[in-house]
Amino acid sequence: MNDEIIFFIDGVQVTGRPGQTIIEAADEAGVYIPRLCHYPGIEAWGSCRVCTVAANGRPCSACTQPITTGLVVENDTETLREYRKSIIEMLFVEGNHFCMFCEKSGDCELQALAYRMGITAPRYPYLWPEREVDASHPDVIIDRNRCILCARCVRVSRDVDGKAVFQFVERGPEKKLTVNAEARLKDTDLDVTDEALDVCPVGALLKKRVGYAVPVGERMYDQEPIGSDIESNTDAAPAAATEVEA
Amino acid sequence: MSEDLTARVSAICGEYGSDAGRMMDIAWRLQRTFGEVSSEAMDVIASETGATRADVESCVSFYSFFSTHKHGRVVIRLSNDVPDRMAGYHRVLGAFEDELGVKCGETTEDGAFTLESTACVGLSDQAPAALINDVPFTELSTDDAREIVRELRKHMDPRRLVHKLGDGNNAHPLIHSMVHNNLRGTGLTLFTSYNRGEAIQKALSMSPVEVIRAVKTARLRGRGGAGFPTGMKWEFTRGARGEPKFIICNADEGEPGTFKDRVLLTERSDRVFAGLTIAGYAIGASEGIVYLRAEYAYLRSFLEAQLEKRRADGLLGESILGHEAFDFDIRIQMGAGAYVCGEETALISSCEGTRGDPKNRPPFPAQEGYLGLPTSVNNVETLCCVAKILEMGPATFCEYGTHQSSGTKLLSISGDVCQPGIYEVPFGTTLREVLEMSEAEDPVAVQVGGPSGQLVGPEDFDREICFDDLATGGSMIVFGPDRDLLKVVEAFMDFFVEESCGYCTPCRIGNVLLRDAVTRVRQRQMEPADIDEMERLAGTVARTSRCGLGQTSPNPILSTLKNFRHLYDELVEEAPDGQRRSFDLDAEVTAAAAIAGRPDGE
Amino acid sequence: MSENGKGTVAAKPRVATTSLAGCFGCHMSILDIDERILDLVEIIDFDKSPINDFKVFQEQCVVGLIEGGCCNEENVHVLRDFRKKCDILVSVGDCATMGGIPALRNTIPLEECLREAYVDGPTVHNPSGEIPVDEDIPLLLNKVFPAHEVVKIDYYLPGCPPSADALWAALSALLSDEPVELPYSLIKYD
Ligand SMILES: Cc1cc2nc3c(=O)[nH]c(=O)nc-3n(C[C@H](O)[C@H](O)[C@H](O)COP(=O)(O)O)c2cc1C
Ligand code: SF4
Ligand code: SF4
Ligand code: FES
Repeated sequence: MNDEIIFFIDGVQVTGRPGQTIIEAADEAGVYIPRLCHYPGIEAWGSCRVCTVAANGRPCSACTQPITTGLVVENDTETLREYRKSIIEMLFVEGNHFCMFCEKSGDCELQALAYRMGITAPRYPYLWPEREVDASHPDVIIDRNRCILCARCVRVSRDVDGKAVFQFVERGPEKKLTVNAEARLKDTDLDVTDEALDVCPVGALLKKRVGYAVPVGERMYDQEPIGSDIESNTDAAPAAATEVEA
Repeated sequence: MSEDLTARVSAICGEYGSDAGRMMDIAWRLQRTFGEVSSEAMDVIASETGATRADVESCVSFYSFFSTHKHGRVVIRLSNDVPDRMAGYHRVLGAFEDELGVKCGETTEDGAFTLESTACVGLSDQAPAALINDVPFTELSTDDAREIVRELRKHMDPRRLVHKLGDGNNAHPLIHSMVHNNLRGTGLTLFTSYNRGEAIQKALSMSPVEVIRAVKTARLRGRGGAGFPTGMKWEFTRGARGEPKFIICNADEGEPGTFKDRVLLTERSDRVFAGLTIAGYAIGASEGIVYLRAEYAYLRSFLEAQLEKRRADGLLGESILGHEAFDFDIRIQMGAGAYVCGEETALISSCEGTRGDPKNRPPFPAQEGYLGLPTSVNNVETLCCVAKILEMGPATFCEYGTHQSSGTKLLSISGDVCQPGIYEVPFGTTLREVLEMSEAEDPVAVQVGGPSGQLVGPEDFDREICFDDLATGGSMIVFGPDRDLLKVVEAFMDFFVEESCGYCTPCRIGNVLLRDAVTRVRQRQMEPADIDEMERLAGTVARTSRCGLGQTSPNPILSTLKNFRHLYDELVEEAPDGQRRSFDLDAEVTAAAAIAGRPDGE
Repeated sequence: MSENGKGTVAAKPRVATTSLAGCFGCHMSILDIDERILDLVEIIDFDKSPINDFKVFQEQCVVGLIEGGCCNEENVHVLRDFRKKCDILVSVGDCATMGGIPALRNTIPLEECLREAYVDGPTVHNPSGEIPVDEDIPLLLNKVFPAHEVVKIDYYLPGCPPSADALWAALSALLSDEPVELPYSLIKYD
């Protein structure tokens, strides 16, 4: 059985393996496709749509779309950059993102994507939703003002921690994160050591008493844009990749 | 928690084998029994079924017909779709509010009535319409509304208010409804008479592969909207690995302005069930599910009785018509008020007892559908066509329509026409012909295919109804010269905001922003550049959304920008001095002025 | 700075600044460009600005720097005036770009906010139990608005406050007729 799949991202030949999604193969090849809900090693979700690429001309989410031989993927194009920027701006106006006092600032993936895309202010009007904060748990706080509904915590708590502490209720713009209890996080079996707490891309799920520990300037995205680690994955394919005629 | 509640909820769960996969049925039973699915009840369901409490809440809170607070014993749901609005929805709502002394969305203090508005209930040809509990009420006037409330106060039984019965099976005791079929031009195929059992008989005389071939020869394409070749879908499902396989009839008919599946289910349920049975035979399924939208719950006992009769007649059950190798049965799965559940993967989620989120594709339902097993989802009308193809033969079927679009299409026509109702036309019929048939009154625009379709003007009236030109699942809403088309667009965007499942970013947020933008256009608060930005956003939502709902939700805006651009241009204007028209200072100081006792804001 | 801001030195571009619903932190950041401020005053004149305490516009300005969003009607009037008097308007800081800390009230009805602040708050002593009103107090807006939701804004310098470097980069670009394009290191929301 052939265990190599050759396909193309922005004209560059990339080699992946059967069963991989576009984003997985791209990561290994050192090609960064912006993403938010994707998290390595857990069920693909496909909800944020930040990873939208065009596969054989059709838009799809790179984190859910399997690679196939000869697939022609567009990633870093003007049109797709504009879509992604628009989506990030939507997320900023949908919630209440007060970066100036958020513990996650500097380490936040939403913010980092905005930085990477050069967003200085969203073009859409702010929606200012009313969202609940749950500080009932002794060690953990949920600030739904910042939740982008990416379901990372939902998936990790269910599939890695084996607890299913988090879930979504309601639908459409009313959709929100809930916990597996009548109302409060303290009534769930969440533990401060749960892995679900380490995957939130934003400052919606925070451990208490550990914030602001890293000085400004040394946080994850203070110096290098998000995705730099993937792009510097130089032992991967692109070094060996050949430019393909358009 | 009261022991009584625990016992009763446990008993209900027990009736469904305490199977979390039957969450919809369990929630429905609770909703009907208690008028709510309360927080305590959710705990019991969780412990009985093994689902997490959050999973139960996630499902229950998704559907608009379930409530987590107590509903009145009588729930009045007024259909707020565009044809209803054109026919006086607001006046009727006002009358209900007046008479009940509550606002829309509220329950009377005595717990007797809840008043709500709801998306299209599939009665656009007899608008304004409402469902009272399950009972449809049509062509409501403000007097009717008052009268209904007064009568209900006496006996609380909406069925007793059905004085004049509709035509055909609407008058059947098990339906007992005032609904009319409004069958107009429907002589061609689907509503013709038939011998019960004939189609199945013919199918069973062939091999499943031959049945699929016949459907392919007829070039049948799905009537639910997407137009996917039915034979090919069956072939994929049949060929996919995994047993058992499932066949699902999509009777969610949620596209506003569509009501043809309702009429088929009322008058030709045998043909629908025959088509479903044949589909089951073709793909190798022994279980069929009819996913019936909650709005059509009034048809349920009738349909159950029809199924029972088919069982008695050997058309369902074991060894159908003596065919040893073919056992097949059908069950009805009720929806609970969610347009997105018409989308086939969301429909499957709902059948599995979860919130109606669409699923990622691939895998496609044909590979991994219901319970992860190969599943084919087909529209009611598609299945009727299947039965008809078996009855008349593929060649005769193909005599109707065009090469790419064979057969006929049922259209649900409403709005500014003298003869609203169901029309069966061969594919290839022009919009103009349809408008003439239905006696449209000076039409200036037609919404073809519902909100997710396109709003077209007279330049397009000579276009043909078929998959390759004016594609439609059947909804046609006609607008005369006095209609405010941007108001229509705004109402459609409201619909999408309400019905988005909220899974993906562009649809969840983008539609809110688009709806608000249309509102601002209507309020003359936009500038030319804002329209360009709105168009760009509409494009982003259409291209990046995860499922067909979000991918088509900007169509009201995109198609009016294309076909009725002047409507926008007339309302937008450059703001002087770099100001923003959208900011209205007077409107923004109202709260402070009230607090300061300066109601004029001065 | 030229005398009274009245242009003796011809054609020095004029820059106006204001603090609307802000905390003056962004203005501090302007001063924080350190010795570069000497270069700055060489090449520009400050028009209306808290830095020189000019209360009214002297002339049409090339650049207006807006700190803070709009929380009351007066902010709106000032901002609209800035829009008219400045060729290029820059939102400086998170309050101007997204409302900032003052916008924390945006999810709470105004009356509830005021009652908490003046009547019900745990540290409030207000025997009258009334929310203070006076016709000289500008009316609060229902919500706090970022500047660009009230007037058109040409550039944004997010940050709380934006760094002196970001401000310097923006001003240098604008004063040499270049578009403002901040490098990665200068776009920060905190
Ligand atoms: C938001 C949305 C709603 C839909 N609603 C319906 C519906 O009510 N009925 C239907 O048959 N198909 C509906 N569809 C199409 C189904 O996904 C699916 O294509 C169809 O049921 C397949 O049947 P067919 O091939 O017979 O048309 C909907 C699709 C979307 C995206
Ligand atoms: S809390 Fe965090 S991880 Fe969980 S859904 Fe919200 S943003 Fe995602
Ligand atoms: S487009 Fe996205 S949010 Fe909208 S209904 Fe589909 S999956 Fe849900
Ligand atoms: S990362 Fe692919 S949709 Fe979110």
